[in-house]
Amino acid sequence: MLDDTPPVRPRKPYLLRRKALRHILPWMVIIGIFVIWEIVVRAFEIEQFVLPAPSAIFASGWEWREPILVNAWQTFMTTVIGFLLAVLVGLLAGIAVGSSSLMYDSLYPALIGFNSIPKVAVVPILVIWFGVGTIPAIITAFLIAFFPILVNVAVGIATVEPELQDVLRALGASRWQVIRKVGLPRSMPYFFASLKVAITFAFVGTIVAETVAANKGIGNLMLVASSRFEVPLAFAGLLVTSVMGIAMYLVCAAAERRMTGWAMRGADAPQAAQG
Amino acid sequence: MKFVDLDRVSLRYGEDADGTLALHGATLRVATGEFVAVVGPSGCGKSTLMKVVTGLWPPTAGAVVVSGREVTGPLSIAGMAFQNPTLLPWRTTLANVMLPLEIVQPHCSRLRREWAAYLAKARDLLALVGLKGFEDHFPWQLSGGMQQRASLCRALIHDPSLLMLDEPFASLDMFTREELWLALQDLWLARKPTVILVTHDLREAVFLADRVLVMSARPGRIIAEREVTLPRPRNLDGTYEPYSVALVHELREHISAARSTAA
Ligand SMILES: Nc1ncnc2c1ncn2[C@@H]1O[C@H](COP(=O)(O)OP(=O)(O)OP(=O)(O)O)[C@@H](O)[C@H]1O
Ligand SMILES: [Mg+2]
Repeated sequence: MLDDTPPVRPRKPYLLRRKALRHILPWMVIIGIFVIWEIVVRAFEIEQFVLPAPSAIFASGWEWREPILVNAWQTFMTTVIGFLLAVLVGLLAGIAVGSSSLMYDSLYPALIGFNSIPKVAVVPILVIWFGVGTIPAIITAFLIAFFPILVNVAVGIATVEPELQDVLRALGASRWQVIRKVGLPRSMPYFFASLKVAITFAFVGTIVAETVAANKGIGNLMLVASSRFEVPLAFAGLLVTSVMGIAMYLVCAAAERRMTGWAMRGADAPQAAQG
Repeated sequence: MKFVDLDRVSLRYGEDADGTLALHGATLRVATGEFVAVVGPSGCGKSTLMKVVTGLWPPTAGAVVVSGREVTGPLSIAGMAFQNPTLLPWRTTLANVMLPLEIVQPHCSRLRREWAAYLAKARDLLALVGLKGFEDHFPWQLSGGMQQRASLCRALIHDPSLLMLDEPFASLDMFTREELWLALQDLWLARKPTVILVTHDLREAVFLADRVLVMSARPGRIIAEREVTLPRPRNLDGTYEPYSVALVHELREHISAARSTAA
């Protein structure tokens, strides 16, 4: 035979199967946890007000679906508003802190000190200032969520390779142009990674504040439920919260994949972001 | 008329006296529209010299004057191809090449209006260096030599009046390299920018330059210079003719002497 090109080998089938498995596996883990949980509760006959079985939780969740939905919406909106504020402030402050070593050195200790304050302790103060309600919850979500965003953006900008900066500087670019064309795009992977952390933090902040100082929201619902010993309902509240957390996490992860494909070198890399 | 004028320039990296002294007493004059090649042993300060001329690094001592003005910060009239390609990893090849247009005037303010013309120009440049079909690839999807060629296009796109090329053909095979010599010669003949080219290839220096400068070992300064009086446009066969061969030999002697005095 003259043509000695080797035959094209088909992609190994087990690789494809593994890819499919990767998508199914997380769901299997979650279902597995519930199954084991159910079995343990039934086998050891654990009292419902100590640890309710998943079946009881789902039943209770269905029974109270209307108040749960209303309160979940409240919690969701509170979290999203706090989160968006955190993105805005974190991004701007991150740019400011990351692009000047003077700002970095002078602000960093104060920021670390601020971040060490447990945010639960701040809620009563917020109540004094703003009264019981949605505002303290938004602010708590914001306070917890903005820090990781700020730090990541600042680090992304502060660690830009001098060679890349030189490319812009050699063209006579201004400081702001260097930040916009190199610093910002370069910090985007950091930024999006921090969003995934920040959104889950924001949910924690909202729920904590609602538990302490609100008359609406999942946090409040759980407080009321446990004071009435409706433990399955309290657990249903937890469950709804984690579902919302996962959903928002997935949104952030999808945005990350779209915007920073260049950093992951994905085969489905998007066109370069202009600007 | 001197376009680039370096007077006894020294540069020490680092704040204190035990930093690396990369340049010491380097004096260099380049006329407007002249094509100058700089050769010298590795680590002698050639890249440093480029950074001093473009104002990326301030000299420790001495004066740098470009286009009649003292250089105090980065120039905006220069197009620079760095020794490492340094393409921005989040931009495609085409977007990387068009980057200077977003910064440098007057292109910056015309870019939006004359987008199509600029786009065509960038595509033509990429085609010229053999990168047709790779416009939408990201830098990590290009080979080292391809990245270097894209970086060369980026240095040329805004028609700079001062072209600084730091070993732009170093990672190319000989045939591609010779093709690009001819392309660069055509570009230079057409627009006559002032060019400073750093290279380790003496044939390249002799083929392209009006004048070849030899640098000493670190700390670098100019220790010899040779005019190349070959008529333009030059052809590749010329590099094997006695005149060129003798010149390459002579330059080679200078560099080897520079290396041995350092050791
Ligand atoms: N950013 C820097 N900080 C400190 N020292 C540096 C820096 N850049 C270069 N040097 C030092 O300056 C000297 C000259 O470096 P330079 O890059 O100018 O050499 P070169 O002539 O371009 O060498 P090559 O031909 O290998 O590219 C080297 O000894 C190097 O160690
Ligand atoms: Mg060099």
